[in-house]
Amino acid sequence: MTDTANSATAAPEGEADGENETRRDFLLIATATVGAIGAGLAAWPFIDSMNPAADVRALASTDVDLSAIEEGQAITVVWRGKPVFIRRRTIGEIEAARAVDLGDLPDPQSDEERVQKPEWLVTLGICTHLGCIPLGQRSADPRGDFDGWFCPCHGSHYDTSGRIRKGPAPRNLDIPTYTFVDDETIRIG
Amino acid sequence: MTTRTWNNPIIRWIDYRLPVFSFMDHHLVDYPTPKNLSYWWNFGSLAGITLVIMIATGVFLAMHYTPHVDYAFDSVERIMRDVNYGWLIRYLHMNGASMFFLVVYIHMFRALYYGSYKAPREILWIVGVLILFAMMATAFVGYVLPWGQMSFWAATVITNLFSAIPLVGESIVTWLWGGFSVDNPTLNRFFSLHYLLPFVIFGLVFVHLWALHVHRSNNPLGIDTKGPQDTIPFHPYYTIKDAFGLGAFMIFYLGFVFFAPDFFGEAINYEPANPLVTPPHIVPEWYFLPYYAILRSIDFDIWFVSAKLIGVIAMFASIAVLFFLPWLDRSPVRSARFRPIYKQFFWIFFLVCILLGVVGKHPPNDPVFGGVEWFQYIHLGKITTAYYFLHFLVIIPLIGWLERPRPLPESISTPVTRRGLAAEGTA
Ligand code: HEM
Ligand code: FES
Repeated sequence: MTDTANSATAAPEGEADGENETRRDFLLIATATVGAIGAGLAAWPFIDSMNPAADVRALASTDVDLSAIEEGQAITVVWRGKPVFIRRRTIGEIEAARAVDLGDLPDPQSDEERVQKPEWLVTLGICTHLGCIPLGQRSADPRGDFDGWFCPCHGSHYDTSGRIRKGPAPRNLDIPTYTFVDDETIRIG
Repeated sequence: MTTRTWNNPIIRWIDYRLPVFSFMDHHLVDYPTPKNLSYWWNFGSLAGITLVIMIATGVFLAMHYTPHVDYAFDSVERIMRDVNYGWLIRYLHMNGASMFFLVVYIHMFRALYYGSYKAPREILWIVGVLILFAMMATAFVGYVLPWGQMSFWAATVITNLFSAIPLVGESIVTWLWGGFSVDNPTLNRFFSLHYLLPFVIFGLVFVHLWALHVHRSNNPLGIDTKGPQDTIPFHPYYTIKDAFGLGAFMIFYLGFVFFAPDFFGEAINYEPANPLVTPPHIVPEWYFLPYYAILRSIDFDIWFVSAKLIGVIAMFASIAVLFFLPWLDRSPVRSARFRPIYKQFFWIFFLVCILLGVVGKHPPNDPVFGGVEWFQYIHLGKITTAYYFLHFLVIIPLIGWLERPRPLPESISTPVTRRGLAAEGTA
């Protein structure tokens, strides 16, 4: 298309056929581009309508009373439709979690980073592999090779700090945001 | 194309304006079909009929089903107990899904054996693979609807696959759920999609048949038809053969519906969904087992890519690789009848697919043979997964290059009439 190169030196309007065509090509491409972008933008409301709605997002935070939990016990509470594990750890469990060499961990994180008070471990009860609920909350449950939790779906083992130690899960159990309202109560969310 | 003239004036009037009758005549009656098709060619029409059965039973189920987490399970139980013939309609739908996959898998292995994916049928084949993807999506969202324990946990595990995508994974999963876990918004949209997707499949089937009718059916010899002596009209020859096949198929299908309706199902799906308790052993429906085995057999990181992401990629790639098959197979000969080496590898591949299914069914760390502790399903899964990809990416290209095919017959009729094309005059 040598015409295209020439058209930069603009001949008077409508002079050569070739030039008209270039201008038409340009208009056509420009219109089609704007149309395509417009169609793309119009798709956004539909895509975004599938994201969590305002009422789902507004789900309140949950207060949990810790006073009834004995040392060595664990409870499961629901927050935003997800289970949260709260375990009151024994001295032995805390020491086991802190004795680990961080170099041995697939997702290195010290126990100190994962708790606010050493006694209380609060994690999401959702395996970071594909979202099953790991076993280990009840005393009769299998707790895996590291005495924390065991996910039966594809065999992930978590330790007493909720860290992944063995199996396909990529990350440690997530820690939800929570604060101690007082010594006996936490607020999750 | 010779257009028939119609005697009936009403038909003639309509056909002049909207040529439906000529269309039917052209594609279902006069349609020239290779005369040597075997029963393996019945499964296409069976798949089409099964799709119609699924849509018909589904529409009636939807009249009684409630897509809400508080009512879904009970509404399905109500269909089973209170709705007139509800049990029949649901069992037809449930077992129909298994039949659909069975028929389509046979249909696909047929194509692999007889080289039906080769030129000029590449697009026909690619549309077929798209249909398989759409069927999988439909069956997956459908399985969530009864909101039993397996429904819920299948939904959780499968949607979580997308969290493996770097950076945007978590947002995609939240978007799929419409919340922060699998919940009511998820069930609602899955019902909407479950109603929509079968019609998308219907559209794809139409394109599939369109492409089919351009170059027409392949056949067990894998050679082109050379003229009218190689073909017979679709009606009555193949309409009757398809009808006979349908009868046999219905006996098989209804045998399950009436005598073993829960044969393919998991008992635990009759327990209502509980988001706080994962069942001890999660397994997908049988038709997903091989892919599930591939997903699970990747339990090692490669470099900085996580095992989870590689597993997901491998699982999707196991089907996507079929898109490239027409170009991976360089052999110009279609039918395995004339490909002595490919034929053997075809059967090995078939066996590997079955083994992958067996692996998907068992917990990864169970021993394959009782007593031999060190050989576990996870190991068998790794071997068969590796072989699956090796088959497509290495073995098939190599055979295409190294194999010496046996001589092809001159035409479809040559081996039968011995006089071959000469028979044309007397036919
Ligand atoms: C491609 C065709 C289809 C496939 C493969 C398919 C597959 C499935 C599967 C596997 C289930 C779960 C069965 C169970 O365990 O109970 C299901 C349930 C259901 N399907 Fe479909 N389906 C198809 C078409 C349709 C259509 C077109 C509709 C509606 C218009 C529909 C409506 C339903 C309903 C309401 C349920 C829930 C009731 C129940 O679980 O029995 N399906 N489907
Ligand atoms: S979901 Fe826990 S190991 Fe896969």
